[in-house]
Amino acid sequence: MSFITYLINGISLGSVYSIIALGYTMVYGIAKMLNFAHGDVIMIGGYIIFTIMSTMGLNPILAVVISIILCTLLGITIEGIAYKPLRRAPSLAVLITAIGVSYLLQNIALLIFGAEAKSFTSVIPIKPISLVGGRITISGETLVTIPLCILIMTGLTIFIKKSKTGRGMIAVSEDKDAAILMGINVNKTIAITFAIGSALAAIASALMFSTYTNLSSTSGAMPGIKAFVAAVFGGIGSIPGAMIGGILLGVIEILSRAYISTQLGDAIVFLILIIVLLVKPTGILGKKIQEKV
Amino acid sequence: MKKRIFSLLMVVSILMLSLAACGTKEDKADNNKDNKQETQDDGADKFYIGGIGPITGAAAVYGQHVMNAAQIAVDEINAAGGINGALIEYRFEDDVHDPEKAVNAYNTLKDWGMQILMGTVTSNPGKAVKEETHADNMFMLTPSGSAPEVVQYDNAFQVCFTDPNQGKASAVYIADKGLASKVAVIYNSSDVYSTGIYEKFAEEANNQNFEIVSAEAFTDDSNSDFAVQLQKAKDNGAELIFLPIYYEEATLILTQAAAMDFKPLFFGCDGLDGILGVENFDTALAEGVMLLTPFAADAEDEKTQKFVSAYKAAHDGTVPNQFAADSYDAIYIIKAAIEKSGVTPDMSVSDICDGMKDAMTKITVDGLTGAGMTWSASGEVNKDPMAVIIRDGQYTSAD
Repeated sequence: MSFITYLINGISLGSVYSIIALGYTMVYGIAKMLNFAHGDVIMIGGYIIFTIMSTMGLNPILAVVISIILCTLLGITIEGIAYKPLRRAPSLAVLITAIGVSYLLQNIALLIFGAEAKSFTSVIPIKPISLVGGRITISGETLVTIPLCILIMTGLTIFIKKSKTGRGMIAVSEDKDAAILMGINVNKTIAITFAIGSALAAIASALMFSTYTNLSSTSGAMPGIKAFVAAVFGGIGSIPGAMIGGILLGVIEILSRAYISTQLGDAIVFLILIIVLLVKPTGILGKKIQEKV
Repeated sequence: MKKRIFSLLMVVSILMLSLAACGTKEDKADNNKDNKQETQDDGADKFYIGGIGPITGAAAVYGQHVMNAAQIAVDEINAAGGINGALIEYRFEDDVHDPEKAVNAYNTLKDWGMQILMGTVTSNPGKAVKEETHADNMFMLTPSGSAPEVVQYDNAFQVCFTDPNQGKASAVYIADKGLASKVAVIYNSSDVYSTGIYEKFAEEANNQNFEIVSAEAFTDDSNSDFAVQLQKAKDNGAELIFLPIYYEEATLILTQAAAMDFKPLFFGCDGLDGILGVENFDTALAEGVMLLTPFAADAEDEKTQKFVSAYKAAHDGTVPNQFAADSYDAIYIIKAAIEKSGVTPDMSVSDICDGMKDAMTKITVDGLTGAGMTWSASGEVNKDPMAVIIRDGQYTSAD
């Protein structure tokens, strides 16, 4: 019985990782860069919801909507100011800039909100449900997280496959110069990618902090790294890969904590990453890219 | 991971800062001597007492209460004419609950002219600072640094119980009051405070009439998800969960237990003190949580009432916690030790320390945190344990 509970918890945690991993994987697929500031956008999203909901006392749904809008704007701004001028620069320069942005966001949050952790109020007002005579309990957060994750994944796949903008994204990811020749505005496409990634980060922050209620300026760092691992695990650049990678990672983390050791959960997660990369360097669903010479 | 890189950078920058400070230290010390010489000429001799603790960061609640309460005690003593006629000069430095910053704070205070240290507030910084005070032979009295290592050297004493003693006292208390027969433990294996209490608790549990059905650890890097630990406690039928941890993680555990509809009794040590002060925390979740602490603000004795009202008046109605009481007592213990030993402010730091550490084993102090407190030469305090329970969002006496 408890195995089923652990499994459900793992899928729930993994769903959050998946949503965050989407942000990494889409940006990598299209702009060919690792946006290390992505985890910190989640943290900022958390603080926005906290401020609107707990300090100003407004409706949680409204708080989440405002957070999505502000995070989207933040994503576009970061891309425009920090990454766009470096489009032709070596990828290492962009990577270092991303780390810089990450610390900038953390320290801004530290300045504004202070170092003390805040207790986040859940945005999901659903009571836990009991099954099998109370031996399995599923929290309201889990009940919302898993379907929402599936919904986002389906919506995003349809958007990319069917819409003009989405197909523009595929074109840019496959060949940037050819996409320009075909009349696609590359800068606009990349900005839209960042906007979608950051909006997803805001949704992820609402789900994540509803379950793990401590909010501080470094709260986004660890989930960000884990989601990055999930993206690499599933095959960076692949949307279904991010979903599978995220959920597998969540399940592995919870099960290894439950059956091996509560302290070694993280170590096992990273060990598995190393093994996967040794065996299949492109990740589970990653495509093998042939280098043109 | 990022945190690590960040702390590494911090360490490097602190090292550079302290190196840079080395060059000017001697000049400053000289200045200090001159200053003191002058004040002596005026006939207004003062004891320089320094305090170190977290005013910002994860354990900020503790440090702020210690800083404020010590100030109240100092003001009272100064208003009543000082110690043997000498007034107290008091200064508090922030250590952000970080060992390197604590050593920096110690050096800052030494430059200022500190003769007696009332600190540190938390254990990890205390372990770093004790090496410094031992090297300087400076008298050190920690209000709440409860690791046994903090008082390893003979110049250091504690106002609070050591961690192992808290674990033992908790086990005895749970058994005596018949709170539960099946107990689960969730502790932080990357924290000495937490593991210290847990080990002694587990040892003492063998002698008591309850059994530990699950003991699960977490670490500083995995301190957000407690579903697994709670599920194990639930599966094993635990009626009480012992939490020898700090309050920030405890708020998460209480929230997640409520989300899975699991309602055991929660019992913690002094680390849970401060849980009601977490911003936006739903205190209804903490209803019925018990903690082993030597101080309840609602106690009716005159001494406690006087202290609580003085504290409330000075700090916008904030109710002082156990750390405040420990700190208030610490200043009076220093006063008692100075009076017993007859040391004077013009003596060297080392001479003051030698006199006071000898006096500590001979004095008996009636404080807020216990009547008839005495000390052994090892630095540990001897007093009875007490517990408080949270009712209607307030700490109330459980006895």
